[in-house]
Amino acid sequence: MNLKALNKSLWAFHFNSGSCNGCDIEIIAALTPRYDVERFGIKLVGTPRHADILLLTGPVAMDMKEKLERVYAQMPSPKAVMLIGNCGNSGDVFYESYSLVGPADRIIPVDVYVPGCPPRPEAIIHGVVKVWQKLEKEAKK
Amino acid sequence: MNELIIYQLASVPAIAALGIILGLLFKGIDRVLAARMQARIGPPIRQPFRDLRKLMIKENIVPKNAVRFVFNGMPLLAVAASITILLYVPIAGFLPLMQGYGDLILLLYLLLIPSLALVLGGFASASPYASIGAQREMVSMISYELPLAVAVASIAWLFSRAMPGIASFSLAAIAANPVWELVGPVGFIGLLALFLILLAVMPGEIGVIPFDTAEAETEIASGMLVEYSGRNLALFYLADAVKTVGFASILIAIFLPYGISGTLSLQGANAVAADALFFLLKLFIVVFIGRVLIRVAVPRLRITQVVKAYWGYATIAALCGLSLIALDAILLAGGC
Ligand code: SF4
Repeated sequence: MNLKALNKSLWAFHFNSGSCNGCDIEIIAALTPRYDVERFGIKLVGTPRHADILLLTGPVAMDMKEKLERVYAQMPSPKAVMLIGNCGNSGDVFYESYSLVGPADRIIPVDVYVPGCPPRPEAIIHGVVKVWQKLEKEAKK
Repeated sequence: MNELIIYQLASVPAIAALGIILGLLFKGIDRVLAARMQARIGPPIRQPFRDLRKLMIKENIVPKNAVRFVFNGMPLLAVAASITILLYVPIAGFLPLMQGYGDLILLLYLLLIPSLALVLGGFASASPYASIGAQREMVSMISYELPLAVAVASIAWLFSRAMPGIASFSLAAIAANPVWELVGPVGFIGLLALFLILLAVMPGEIGVIPFDTAEAETEIASGMLVEYSGRNLALFYLADAVKTVGFASILIAIFLPYGISGTLSLQGANAVAADALFFLLKLFIVVFIGRVLIRVAVPRLRITQVVKAYWGYATIAALCGLSLIALDAILLAGGC
């Protein structure tokens, strides 16, 4: 399968698993005229069925675990997951909260981690580049 | 006669390829222009080709509860119908391939089929979002059909009156005799109104903002397309692209059928090339106004507002246009 075709046209689905909305605002900032990720063919889609890449924010609250699993399963393969923000990595400010089941990579496989609270749009774009590199490596195999 | 049929059959794939390439190209131009209007740089013009190629390699999921053959069949039907539209409209100065076999009425039905396929596919996918989207799509179909039908009927009436003896619903005949030359000043205003109405019907017909209530990504998760992925989604993507070209070509055939070769007094191959380029220019203008400009300038309407806009304002405007054309005919007949 030619995964390279995926590179220049990543459609992203944004999933908020209980984030403070900081990271979500930064994702939107990456779409604004200043950063404009549509230059690279990236666009936000409204349903996981259209998505190639899952932009996951938040520390995965207990309620969201099952939904996250379902959304991940609904995405058609080949697919990638990008974890945005410290929350999903470590819990960040919500660390040791009674209502968390994260970090997110215990629940679904994560391909690229973008740390930061919230990460800057540049960091998110850098994360996308990492996804490309990963897909390219897989394509070579 | 037999040779003619073989020639026609051979031309179908060529026209299909042309329609697909033009459609995707204009989708790319649309995205770039929209981005530039929002002070962004936007994707490269060939982005839709990349998107299509990517969708073809993705997994094609059919939901467990879906009606499988309807779910898989409808995207094919949508593409087939969109391409069939192109066989009945004059493109780039050439006469329609299936000339004499169908007219404007048939085109009105053909334009409906891709939307109907979306509706059926949406219902078949057994998702509540898709059902909402499908119901909204049916409502908006009913609303934009009325002004469209009034406009088309007015044109046909004008033809049957001004040039009795030719088939008044035939698109080739309409394209051969520019409508603007059949009317006086009052009718000119009426025709202008009808032209603007068809331009306003275009975003509804091809389902873009502000009339994309049925596919609203941000409220109902892409509506009828919610469960579609991979190849099936690619086919709907294609159908949408081809239908844009089809509808724009109908508009051009009715209202802007002029060629440029006569003005430049060109002959032979030069004339054909000049007319084809001029057709692309006209297509660009129509797509720019009917798709890009409207979609960037206006936010999405609610479904009730869509009905009000089309059934209320657009239909009233279309009826006014019809009355003006009728008045013009009376004035001309009265010898004024
Ligand atoms: S990482 Fe920071 S900004 Fe992002 S969701 Fe968590 S707390 Fe909010």
